[in-house]
Amino acid sequence: MKKVLTGNHAVSYGAMIARAEVVAAYPITPQTQIVEKLSEMCADGDLDARFIKVESEHSAMAACIGASASGARAFTATSSQGLALMDEMLHWASHARLPIVMANINRSLGPPWTIWTDQNDTISRRDTGWIQFYCESNQEVIDTMIMAFKIAEQVKLPAFLTLDSFYLSHTSEAVELPDQKLVDEYLPKYQAETDLDPTKGSPAYGSLTTDQWYFELQIKMQRAMEQAYDVILKENDLFKKVFGRSYLPVEGYRTDDADYVVFVSGTIASTIKDAIDRARENGIKVGSAKVRLFRPFPKTMIREMAKGRKRLGVIDRNISYGSEGAFFTEIKSALYSQSEHPEIHGFIAGLGGRDVTVDSAYEMIRLVVETSPEKDINWQGAKL
Amino acid sequence: MKYSIPQEERVTSGTVACQGCGAVLAMRYALKALGDDTILTLPACCWSVIDGPFPYTATKVPLFHTAFETAAITASGIRNGLSIRGNDHTNVVAWAGDGGTADIGLQALSGAVERDEDILYICYDNEAYMNTGIQRSGSTPYGAWTTTTPVRHFKKEEKKNVMEIMVAHGIRYAATASISHPEDFIKKVSKAKEIRGAKYIQIFASCPPGWKMQADFSVQAARLAVQTGIWPLYEVVDGVYKVNYKPKTFKPLEDYLGLQGRFKHLKPEHIDHIRKQRDYRWKLLEAKVKMTEELAAEF
Repeated sequence: MKKVLTGNHAVSYGAMIARAEVVAAYPITPQTQIVEKLSEMCADGDLDARFIKVESEHSAMAACIGASASGARAFTATSSQGLALMDEMLHWASHARLPIVMANINRSLGPPWTIWTDQNDTISRRDTGWIQFYCESNQEVIDTMIMAFKIAEQVKLPAFLTLDSFYLSHTSEAVELPDQKLVDEYLPKYQAETDLDPTKGSPAYGSLTTDQWYFELQIKMQRAMEQAYDVILKENDLFKKVFGRSYLPVEGYRTDDADYVVFVSGTIASTIKDAIDRARENGIKVGSAKVRLFRPFPKTMIREMAKGRKRLGVIDRNISYGSEGAFFTEIKSALYSQSEHPEIHGFIAGLGGRDVTVDSAYEMIRLVVETSPEKDINWQGAKL
Repeated sequence: MKYSIPQEERVTSGTVACQGCGAVLAMRYALKALGDDTILTLPACCWSVIDGPFPYTATKVPLFHTAFETAAITASGIRNGLSIRGNDHTNVVAWAGDGGTADIGLQALSGAVERDEDILYICYDNEAYMNTGIQRSGSTPYGAWTTTTPVRHFKKEEKKNVMEIMVAHGIRYAATASISHPEDFIKKVSKAKEIRGAKYIQIFASCPPGWKMQADFSVQAARLAVQTGIWPLYEVVDGVYKVNYKPKTFKPLEDYLGLQGRFKHLKPEHIDHIRKQRDYRWKLLEAKVKMTEELAAEF
């Protein structure tokens, strides 16, 4: 069944068909519609879940942690300041190895107050131990909601998907609503290995440790992340078989014969396709590659995508102050161990929601094709 | 002989508590009343250490450690997670110290109580951040020395009254207790267990190292707090106050304060101040008993 949904409502419907059992959330623009819709779904009985209307995002994540620890499928949604407030509990969730799923709307951090998009809220959560998906379309949003639970529950790590504020969160698109019966087959009810049931014993979770244990527990988290990469590929294959749609961690657009490739994420991945088409019309052999997965970082796919290219570009809608764009760093790092080192342009564009147009994407393509990079940050569309 | 306190022990030997720890007694009594069908969640507090290092545990019920400010909300999450999966019977207990309750955890506690989550929140009150090495909390009383209220600059502010904050939420059940009065405490925990919705109990739990006193004065100090009127034992059921124990005459404050090094520096005028505050609080408490009884009859 097709339905016209905003990105936010695609998240709500995703939580519904994934049969989240506990939802704990706090309102924040531009995420609020997710929570509103979910509270309605819970109240109307369309979703058989407990909705905890918490008093902060920090508590939203703590509630999800409690719910997940007791064996329930837990979900929350937030954005920007809310995600930043959650930070402590993001670490707690991953260290406790709880497969919570969260939707985040990429909104710039204040001050000054702003509600428009960039990725700094999620990029700065890089090392929290969460699987991170960056979505381009509302179809991808609802499909990722379903897959995220399946993946998280297998590797016992939390996962979030993120959407550009307004460009995706408030944009309506026709979305194929996955059939509930198929979803139930693809994503069966969550069976937690441990669930705090007092009849099953009296363990203590998260007790004090010394270095005797902690180091190895960290290695286990890293291994779970590495395993997550394989599980993501496996689950994508299965999802494709059941629902006919596929989302690879790195997805090329007209890259087969491309001499030049520009890496992008989020909604810019859509915009740049028009610019790529224009360049192709002008006879330039260029393609774009959407990086959908930020953690675990899809190094192998990045390497394959970069292989044999004359020059690369990376467009970041984020900035790691004092360094450069975050995807730029990651992509360079993934290529360092390779024998080939194509030149790479690092662009930063669209901070604070500034529109990244087809023209500006085309300009970045042009720079990649025609010039060698001179610096690590090439500001695009900025008043310099 | 008929014991008024249940015989089953759910706190094992081998805790890593200090000698004379009141918080251990509090847990021991609480679990006697709560029984096996209980889940505990603990924020950062002395008990996050007391229960023992991984892979050991000193409590015979499942225990989930959580972050400092999240005891009440983690308990809410557990409660909702259990309920949606069909378990409405297990007691979900948030077990926190006074810093985690009166200070950093107050927001989450307030939220959980306002939403009337079916949880029992127990605060063991040793009147300072003891686990981090005796720093003042909102629950530290006037006059006390701590490492952040050094002797010449002892705490000048009054103890934050979390009980009354809970009552102001319209909580179903709130009570004070003391480790010196285990029957009273067990009765209160048993009562709270039977109530669906949010419950709060604050148990006075002495801390020999933090209070600068001998370990074997622990129960005595807690009892003197009750007998001197410093720590009234009372409960509030659906807004109606009831004093559970009123000393016929208050024992001299000096008996209580004198046991503890943390009050050693106090001069007579400071003790006068504490006395005045105590008398005022008792008058207020008794007025509330009378007023809420009358209101209960009327509404």
